[in-house]
Amino acid sequence: MFLARVVGTVVSTVKDPSLESKKILVIQPLDRSGQDQGAKLIALDSVGAGAGEIVYYCRGREASFPWYPDEVATEATIVGIVDRIDGVR
Amino acid sequence: MLLARVVGTVVATRKDPRLEGKKLLIVTPLTAEQVESGKEADAPGQASYLVAVDTVDAGYRETVIIVQGSSARMASTCKDCPVDTAIVGIVDTVTLGGG
Repeated sequence: MFLARVVGTVVSTVKDPSLESKKILVIQPLDRSGQDQGAKLIALDSVGAGAGEIVYYCRGREASFPWYPDEVATEATIVGIVDRIDGVR
Repeated sequence: MLLARVVGTVVATRKDPRLEGKKLLIVTPLTAEQVESGKEADAPGQASYLVAVDTVDAGYRETVIIVQGSSARMASTCKDCPVDTAIVGIVDTVTLGGG
């Protein structure tokens, strides 16, 4: 999984039925020390992450597992909100 | 998932039978900043293009959300189809910042 920071939101009314009632956020991937790394991407939110929070997200097909057994058309889902990062040099 | 813009269509008569009845659109990925500012660089010879299966009736020049990889098969009507990029949403607005 990867660290990221929530930096924005996407509103999409016409969308795949499996995405309905799910929050779509814009996240900025971070490196170990919390600096921005790489391009922003779109992720679904399964834990109620708010703007500006540091989160970690899961990529690929497993990104739909928070809503298992329904198949959600997503390849990036926020699965956790970070409280603290220790021991990173 | 990525933001992208529909920039063209693909018509293919001979194709995998499971792709029949699906609209194939050409999309070009955009950054969140480009979408929010609305003045994305429409430079000819835009770097990357993708052929995506459209599941939400996206129109030309609309900003869409695309999903790639095997998750694309989870889009509606794409189950068990040879699809690795699907359009799963039409973007109304993107807002950055806040918090």
